[in-house]
Amino acid sequence: MAETLLNITALSKSFETAKGRVEALHKVDLNIREGEFITVIGPSGCGKSTLLRIIAGLDGQYSGTITLGGQNITGPGIDKGFIFQEHRLFPWLTVEKNIAADLSLRDPEVRRKVDELIELVKLRGFEKAYPKELSGGMAQRVAIARALLRNPRVLLLDEPFGALDAFTRAHMQDVLLDIWRRNQTTMIFVTHDIDEAVFLANRVVILKPRPGQIKSIVPIDLPYPRKKTTSSFQELRLRVLKLLDSLDELELTDGAGI
Amino acid sequence: MSHEISAAGPSLRAGLGRWKLLGLGLILPGAVLVLWQIFGQLGYISDLLFPTPLVILKAFAGLAQSGDLWDHFRISAVRALAGFALGGSLGLLFGILVGLFAKVEKMFDPTLQMIRMIPSLAVVPLFILWFGIGEESKILLIAKGAFFPLYINTYLGIRNVDNKWFEVTRVLGYSRIQQIRRLVIPAALPNILLGTRLSIGLSWLGLVVAELIASTSGVGYMMSDARQFADTPVVFVGIIVFAAAGLITDYIVRLGERRLLRWKESYSR
Repeated sequence: MAETLLNITALSKSFETAKGRVEALHKVDLNIREGEFITVIGPSGCGKSTLLRIIAGLDGQYSGTITLGGQNITGPGIDKGFIFQEHRLFPWLTVEKNIAADLSLRDPEVRRKVDELIELVKLRGFEKAYPKELSGGMAQRVAIARALLRNPRVLLLDEPFGALDAFTRAHMQDVLLDIWRRNQTTMIFVTHDIDEAVFLANRVVILKPRPGQIKSIVPIDLPYPRKKTTSSFQELRLRVLKLLDSLDELELTDGAGI
Repeated sequence: MSHEISAAGPSLRAGLGRWKLLGLGLILPGAVLVLWQIFGQLGYISDLLFPTPLVILKAFAGLAQSGDLWDHFRISAVRALAGFALGGSLGLLFGILVGLFAKVEKMFDPTLQMIRMIPSLAVVPLFILWFGIGEESKILLIAKGAFFPLYINTYLGIRNVDNKWFEVTRVLGYSRIQQIRRLVIPAALPNILLGTRLSIGLSWLGLVVAELIASTSGVGYMMSDARQFADTPVVFVGIIVFAAAGLITDYIVRLGERRLLRWKESYSR
């Protein structure tokens, strides 16, 4: 197996709220290998987005250590691509300029790579369109291309397809797997959709809430391309579902949040 | 056959609709002008206070032919433009600095808000004492008016840039200067353009105040001079010139707006 890219050790993070201190993450340990596709799933409030934002360097003030390629993460940067739930394209820039962002399209090297990426995310013909003219799925593909242009060591995706309809979502999953297969970029993908989590990942990380902790990690040893209708897929899906269901019971006995 | 009709129909109708709407807007002023002319000729309204449209037109033609109108207008336009350039650019500059840096805001904004509350008319005597009745006092008075809309709107536009965009620029590794150039300014552009339109409007307003009060040239002077000789048609000509100049400059900014804000939902291509 490939070597460790991202190492998370004893990561804890708490927020000050009006009601006092809330522990969002408690002693999370996780090792992610180069080229792996990890999905993170859990009920709302389990800290899955917080985990992703800490890896991205967007949230600070945590305890524990996180290293990317052996280096401590000190802040956000282009080595950690981030895809938000909304596409967050700059509305005043065309598709190609959004992908280039701070880089100049007059640079032939940038031009070539942008063209390649537009091909990869299947947006040929829309180079000069503004974000308002794109559908949700197209806009999210532009956002992915924007992150990929910077050759990130890891791509962090925070429920990127959550706002899309079921058909577009399935299509986007195929597009993302296609990109992953070609570029071998390490992916960490947060979702609340069990099908999506099992369909995409090498390993599904299940978080439990209050405080956010890793409940279990389910390896998905199905070959790609996967079919959601096969019995082996359904078996794994059921396993993840049962693990998540047991969280609900836990929550009920705790009486928390109800 | 029926396909062709349905394809051409909407755009044709839209084109007609635009002219119809324009015509709709012209009915009221048109009717007023016609009635004005008729009642004036019949002697129902005073031709000293309300010279008929044709008389005003004749005065306009006379002033245009002698070249007086053009001379006055050119002087006025240069003043308005100079005042707008000075006040507007300072407003933009301070709006950007105050919008970006909380310390600069704390330092300048209270003072600027105080100055904003002083009516332009109230400072006219002071400006005349300080700068005489030459060009400086007029241009500074116009600049004072033009400063604030651009200042306030630029500041607001910058303050309203959503934090989620800043997160994107951080993830993309923008430097502080890139954040300003590539995020803050374009995101604030709709507000900046709105401020520009309001500033230009106030520039013309400030010009009239300056020229009516103390001046020996310009359209405002032409009007106050005509008032002294009860030459009402010339006063009307001045009003029309100011209205037209204001409308045309506003139209130019709106054209720029449409080009620069093509990306916005509310501006269709």
